[in-house]
Amino acid sequence: MLTKSIKVTGLKKSYKDLQVLKGVDFEVEEGSIFALLGSNGAGKTTVVKILTTLLKQDGGSVTVNGFDVASKPENVRQAISLTGQFAAVDELLTGRENLILIAKLRYLKNPRQVADDLLLSFGLTEAADRRVSTYSGGMRRRLDIALSLVGKPKIIFLDEPTTGLDPEARIEVWKIVKGLAKGGTTVLLTTQYLEEAEQLADKIAILHEGKIIAGGTLSELKKMFPLAKVEYVEKQPTLEDIFLAIVGKREGK
Amino acid sequence: MDGVKKHFFSDMGIMLGRSMRHISRSMDTIITVTITPIALMLLFVYVFGGAIQAGTDNYVNYLLPGILLIAIASGISYTAFRLFNDVQKGIFERFQTMPISRSAFLWGHVLTSLVSNAISLIIIILIALIMGFHSSAGILSWLAVVGILALFTLALTWLAAIAGLSAKTVDGASAFSYPLIFLPFISSAFVPTESMPSVVRVFAENQPVTSIVEAIRALLSDQPVGNDIWVALAWCVGILIVAYFFAMRAYKKRA
Repeated sequence: MLTKSIKVTGLKKSYKDLQVLKGVDFEVEEGSIFALLGSNGAGKTTVVKILTTLLKQDGGSVTVNGFDVASKPENVRQAISLTGQFAAVDELLTGRENLILIAKLRYLKNPRQVADDLLLSFGLTEAADRRVSTYSGGMRRRLDIALSLVGKPKIIFLDEPTTGLDPEARIEVWKIVKGLAKGGTTVLLTTQYLEEAEQLADKIAILHEGKIIAGGTLSELKKMFPLAKVEYVEKQPTLEDIFLAIVGKREGK
Repeated sequence: MDGVKKHFFSDMGIMLGRSMRHISRSMDTIITVTITPIALMLLFVYVFGGAIQAGTDNYVNYLLPGILLIAIASGISYTAFRLFNDVQKGIFERFQTMPISRSAFLWGHVLTSLVSNAISLIIIILIALIMGFHSSAGILSWLAVVGILALFTLALTWLAAIAGLSAKTVDGASAFSYPLIFLPFISSAFVPTESMPSVVRVFAENQPVTSIVEAIRALLSDQPVGNDIWVALAWCVGILIVAYFFAMRAYKKRA
């Protein structure tokens, strides 16, 4: 039987009079990618904040890596890592220094080595000793995710990891996320892009107005809707296809 | 707690290292902090000084304590700025979701504030020495001066932490220090309070800067400090406790 990394039951949260989460339930299996899909303001970030111990829930129970987030936040923090909506990188430090800082705070044996390895696998070796303020958006995001991987946490939360990135950088992030799950890391990501959930997630939950209105694998979700009608349409390349073809970095699906 | 190790002091040390690196990479902040007090010192000593009857033969000696307080008041606005930046950029959230001591982050910023203000004050004192400042104070008096200045910096730094943690904009985070910078002007820092009209005088004589300035001035000129030092200490400790309480509240609200 598969073990559950995250269990959320009846999660409720209000900001003053505004009820943001009205009883959210879902489970995430160990080593899988779970996408929380929803439009802006659906409450995705609130869910992530509660699961990462940044915010206290009003009702319901949440266990992450077997620990209750409300009563055992310290234990939860040992197992998780958060990549928030905005790249949480220190602009005045270099990429390498950012990684070493986090490695030291996690009390790893060899911070320099950890930094070197991550710089290499995220293609940042060349830029390693430049200040982050000179990095492009995509490089910042890669460093941001690399920072979250320091110390190999079991569960990684990615809050809208590709918002604001160009198509190339987005595909790079997708590759990284897929690689994480292959390595056994549990990934919970939020997104407002349907395509992203479709590309990455083993399971998808749709959060709408504070509740999960549908959830399951992509094929399960498809079954919930009327069968597709077969139509013959000339396939026009999307602007994205064209852009990526020209730039020449399209990854084979 | 369930085998979760705590490393408060080493966490704080790592945080201090991080923000000290920030300071060494943005030396312009130290320059900005020192340039206004130095300009004021030059202006008051060489332009207005001749017309001011401070009752001392050496006006730099009279002026220096107030100048140091102005430097601290402008120095701490950068602490608010750095804190605000960390909160805005999400670095704060990253630290909060890591298994590190809760308050190490804040204390790292507070220690950084103490160190960077000390650097600014040393630069200003060196310039004052060139301008003819001299002190007959012994080592104990100097230690007392350092103690008062450190306590004052600590008190204002916690005030800055409130602003940095609760501000909505960058301007809001640093604007709170402007009134603090002006406080020394309505005190005995530049001119004796006897020359002021009664209402202003009452304010000047009963606000914290005057007692702190008087205490430091007495210590540096090897005069008896009298009551001023106790009033000064009471102000500093009072501000420190109140500011610490509200800063922690703002911090918990964020966390």
